Amino acid sequence: MSTPKVLTPTESSTQLKWFAAIVVIGYAAISLIPIVWIFMTAFKGTATAISYPPAVFFDPSLEGFVNLFTTRSRQSAEYLAQLPPPETWWEEIVRQNDQVIAGPSPFFGRFLNSVIIGFGSTFIAIVLGTMAAYAFSRFKIPLADDLLFFILSTRMMPPVAVAIPIFLMYRALGLSDTHAGMIILYTAVNISLAVWLLKGFIDEIPREYEEAAMVDGYTRFQAFRKVVLPQAATGIAATTIFCLILAWNEYAFALLLTTNRAETAPPFIPNIIGDGGLDWAAVSAGASLFLLPVLIFTLFLRKHLLRGITFGAVRK
Amino acid sequence: MADIRIDRVTKRFGDVTAVNALDLAIKDGEFVVLLGPTGSGKTTTLRLVAGLEKPDEGRIVIDGTDVTKAQPAERDVSFVFQQYSLYPHYTVYQNLAFPLKSPLLKWSKPEIDARVHEVAGMLHIEHKLKNKATELSGGEMQRVAIGRALVRRPAVYLMDEPLSSLDAKLRAELRVELKRISVELGATILYVTHDNVEAMTMADRIGVLNHGRLEQIATPRDIYQQPDTIYVAQRLSSPPLNLVDPSLFGIEAPAGTSTVGVRPEDITIGQPSGVEGSTTLVERLGAETVAVLQVNGTQIQALVDPQATIGEGETVRVGVAENAPMFFDRDGRRIDAPRAGG
Ligand SMILES: Nc1ncnc2c1ncn2[C@@H]1O[C@H](COP(=O)(O)OP(=O)(O)O)[C@@H](O)[C@H]1O
Ligand SMILES: [Mg+2]
Repeated sequence: MSTPKVLTPTESSTQLKWFAAIVVIGYAAISLIPIVWIFMTAFKGTATAISYPPAVFFDPSLEGFVNLFTTRSRQSAEYLAQLPPPETWWEEIVRQNDQVIAGPSPFFGRFLNSVIIGFGSTFIAIVLGTMAAYAFSRFKIPLADDLLFFILSTRMMPPVAVAIPIFLMYRALGLSDTHAGMIILYTAVNISLAVWLLKGFIDEIPREYEEAAMVDGYTRFQAFRKVVLPQAATGIAATTIFCLILAWNEYAFALLLTTNRAETAPPFIPNIIGDGGLDWAAVSAGASLFLLPVLIFTLFLRKHLLRGITFGAVRK
Repeated sequence: MADIRIDRVTKRFGDVTAVNALDLAIKDGEFVVLLGPTGSGKTTTLRLVAGLEKPDEGRIVIDGTDVTKAQPAERDVSFVFQQYSLYPHYTVYQNLAFPLKSPLLKWSKPEIDARVHEVAGMLHIEHKLKNKATELSGGEMQRVAIGRALVRRPAVYLMDEPLSSLDAKLRAELRVELKRISVELGATILYVTHDNVEAMTMADRIGVLNHGRLEQIATPRDIYQQPDTIYVAQRLSSPPLNLVDPSLFGIEAPAGTSTVGVRPEDITIGQPSGVEGSTTLVERLGAETVAVLQVNGTQIQALVDPQATIGEGETVRVGVAENAPMFFDRDGRRIDAPRAGG
């Protein structure tokens, strides 16, 4: 005789597990298909990228990447014939399209701008956000609730609503198209998110930990560094990733406020023009490379995210 | 080591007066236990002494220095918290070494190492030094928490119910150890608890707190035998103190008596002098037996001889041992009564 299995509240039935698996896999597929498509297109080569019907099986080519990093000029057959044979594989790829390399494209510089502005603003937002969150969590601040609401309210309207005033302000202050300007802007946008998220994490850390350290001869700041920061590591890692993704992917303000020196990759990539229109292989190659830093950074912080919050030393 | 003086200290949180005009002097090397129920202001008192709260009124003096406005680090106290005592991201060793690595001490590595091992040995946790704080049992965590307070030699040790989360056997063990260590160190200790047994066994003097007020402070013996108020008498009586009308047992009461308190162990059963009553319940707890009785409509609890063959629903004569009753006035204050030998 078989008795039906009794489930504890943390267990779930087999059907439920299957259902959950299908939902998760379905969602993952829907989110991943565009990314897979971008990676595929990056390796298709310029001509195959726009073939119709879209090619699913194709000979991989690095043409998209070569086009991404170079500027080229089209030459006549006679001119190409009298050139010495190509010295490198990328020259060879370019030659096949009756072109020669004229020089490097601005992509590398744009990418570097993204790194400087994205990571720089994230770092500042996290440092300031952690300290502000700690203060909100631990001290009696006059009008704390109003201040917190005010900080959050900066996120309530679409950022583009303030695009014109910011554009004018930046022009007047000479911040347009500067790294500093973009870092300030993204820090300002991210700091509200950082304060709110981190305050939640720091609230979870019992204040007795710091108090114990302070009784034992540490200053509040030393206690903060030695006791609070290590325990907030999980929250800081998660918040860092959120802020980085937001700054990294920001498009509208980058398009509006940067043109050259401080232009980031997002407004640059979609405008890579090839012969007769957008060079989709190069655009996809740029988008693929653009994904990598955030992906690597997230993987790097994953152990902090997964380590979870320790409740262990709390007396039960 | 040092003495502490708490001088009419009051601490309010909004409408709540957590500590109310508290006066308390602790001598150098003395073990004082504050006893009171949850919410009576025990933790707040310790936090005030440690400097984690600032008093609204009054002064705190440690070792002759007024520290009322001093930062916690300047006060040279160590604190065993009621909860959250260990740093989860550190090993046991690191937890014990943490107070010694404070910027104020500047101990060398070998000195720290020697002291950590000494304290770990004293508390029998040497084999756990390399474990993460999260990998310990409750009893071990508590030993480490106490060890963290003992590694330094502060002026004063403050302990907030350090044993309350442990099971009975472990609590009894640690209680004895803690008392032994305190005597060895000659430490000045302010210890708070809601547990009568801890207070009675460990304290040089017990202070009974009631809603932030110190009701009485005296040696364990005096506070048990000569309680000043009904509150103190009740607090230290288990099973609960019997509070009866003076007429119930026909006791000759001094003028102004409104209530008579009789401890369960002072109720006699079967003596011819008693009045008639009946047993409603007999609880046999092993070492002791508690009889619940009805006498003229009043419920009385008595500790009776475990050998006695008393049963439920029996009619018995219930009386009071000579010189046992305590007389209280309308405000719950004790009225001095003639006592044998006293
Ligand atoms: N930080 C605080 N804010 C508001 N009320 C508090 C605070 N700390 C303690 N109290 C109040 O003060 C009273 C005494 O608390 P506490 O000292 O923790 O008592 P005990 O340790 O004896 O249980 C309680 O009523 C408690 O609610
Ligand atoms: Mg308490």
